[in-house]
Amino acid sequence: MSDLTRLTIAEARAKLRAKEISAAEITDAYLAAIDQANPRLNAYVAVTHDKARDMAKASDARLAKGEGKALEGIPLGIKDLFATEGVHTQACSHVLDGFKPRYESTVTSNLWADGAVMLGKLNMDEFAMGSSNETSYYGPVINPWRRSRVQTTVKPTFHDGSAGFVKPGGVEENRSYDNMQLVPGGSSGGSAAAVSAFLCAGATATDTGGSIRQPAAFTGTVGIKPTYGRVSRWGVVAFASSLDQAGPIARDVRDAAILLKSMASVDARDTTSVDRPVPDYEAALGRPIKGMKVGIPREYRVGGMPEEIEALWQQGIAWLKDAGAEIVDISLPHTKYALPAYYIVAPAEASSNLARYDGVRYGLRVPGKDIVDMYEKTRAAGFGREVKRRIMIGTYVLSAGYYDAYYLQAQKVRTLIKKDFEDVFAAGVDVILTPATPSAAFGVADQDMAADPVKMYLNDVFTVTVNMAGLPGISVPAGLDSHGLPLGLQLIGRPFDEETLFQTAHVIEKAAGRFEANQWW
Amino acid sequence: MSVDIQTVKRVARLARIAVSEEDAARMTGELNTILGFVEQLNEVDVSGVEPMTSVTPMAMRKREDVVNDGNKAADIVANAPATEENFFLVPKVVE
Repeated sequence: MSDLTRLTIAEARAKLRAKEISAAEITDAYLAAIDQANPRLNAYVAVTHDKARDMAKASDARLAKGEGKALEGIPLGIKDLFATEGVHTQACSHVLDGFKPRYESTVTSNLWADGAVMLGKLNMDEFAMGSSNETSYYGPVINPWRRSRVQTTVKPTFHDGSAGFVKPGGVEENRSYDNMQLVPGGSSGGSAAAVSAFLCAGATATDTGGSIRQPAAFTGTVGIKPTYGRVSRWGVVAFASSLDQAGPIARDVRDAAILLKSMASVDARDTTSVDRPVPDYEAALGRPIKGMKVGIPREYRVGGMPEEIEALWQQGIAWLKDAGAEIVDISLPHTKYALPAYYIVAPAEASSNLARYDGVRYGLRVPGKDIVDMYEKTRAAGFGREVKRRIMIGTYVLSAGYYDAYYLQAQKVRTLIKKDFEDVFAAGVDVILTPATPSAAFGVADQDMAADPVKMYLNDVFTVTVNMAGLPGISVPAGLDSHGLPLGLQLIGRPFDEETLFQTAHVIEKAAGRFEANQWW
Repeated sequence: MSVDIQTVKRVARLARIAVSEEDAARMTGELNTILGFVEQLNEVDVSGVEPMTSVTPMAMRKREDVVNDGNKAADIVANAPATEENFFLVPKVVE
């Protein structure tokens, strides 16, 4: 039998329904792949072998009775940020050591109700703060992709002297792979690496400033951040509540559409979740985009952007034009202020959300001479450097005397950023096309980024505007750079118009093809 | 605006994070880099602009004021580092 881990969710779904394969078989195939690869990739922080097999068995029983649900028997990986009952849920932070919730997040409840199988919990940046998955307490995730270059060897024509025997020469092309370890992006680095390396059929992820779309772009996978309110945040460890939104990372656009359909719901336990029907996103695939108005924002042409990114963007424009879309130049004048405003709003919300980690109710406790000393020692030991940095910034900008200068100013700028998008959509633009990231994946322990936190923050320069405005954004693989690494394009849509994103991303995917890393893991 | 090491120590105290002299010195540099980066927001003319309070216009959903969950004391304390009879245990706060 061919490798079951190579099937897309749509393919596996068809084979499971037709009883060509069983949920137990595909689950075992993934568990074996994880056990083999995880020491090298570090994508999972907990593998739930027994739970996965039990869930698969239950799926097979339902499939046998013809009662299979939308995701029946599909093995998924879950970001460590989602509460999973009785299972490792630590946001990859030391401060949540040993935390096993007594409840299940709404997103994962929805997935299990649709028959999906949980393989385990995926590595991530601590509390989703990071763009390289290097802030995890469990160590970095390694990107399945490696840099490569094409080597050409010219072989002469060979004659052995006997009549008629000639071995033809010619130019032979080989890719030689670099051993340098690359990051998968972050914060959903484990999700992106696991999907890309065939260690799950699809994964849950979350995105506060680009944490779904940037790792998807770095690993040749598809990631969508839905509109704020589309997916319930209940049971998702909070980072910045006005920006956080969960979404899927998948191998292709169709799989992302299938997963989002199951993840999205209105939820009485999250008052910011929106009460509107969840469309059949898959049905949007294949709809023609003829006449669709695609906006190209001039402010996304940032200084120092590599030519390859510009070329990729132009290629994307050409594909959509060929498919009949109308391309229009647009302006989003406050784009450059989105990242600085984000680095006030997100840390401010984080400093408040992370106040609960005090050594009293869950996780780590470091004893102290009195209660305040216990709090301070627990938090000093439990949080990593990046998390502390953001709590400190947040505490500072919310402190007396600075609130107006920083926080209020940032929230006003945020209003302007949102208005930029509203104006463009009001002028008839249906969807906006931009690059997903300013570069391809970079090396683990990159010296430049380690020396200057702002350099790491700049990874999110194209994605963060979308969170600030609450809009949906999808990252779709569109090509390879000169080192053979994947690059993504981003599509931004109107609020709750995820269908147009899937429809348009599917056109790009058909034109660009799909990209797989050369297996070494 | 920039911060000095005294301000960093004060903020760390507010955030309930113990910092050593060395941590505070390092954080002062990092925080000033970030504050330098966000400084550019001052260029933006925000006169007459309302600060954002909700990214999607929505009315707060309300529910009936009834008890709909509870009797889960054991679940609530299950993950605590120290408990006794369904109470969280903390170091003595009152002399």
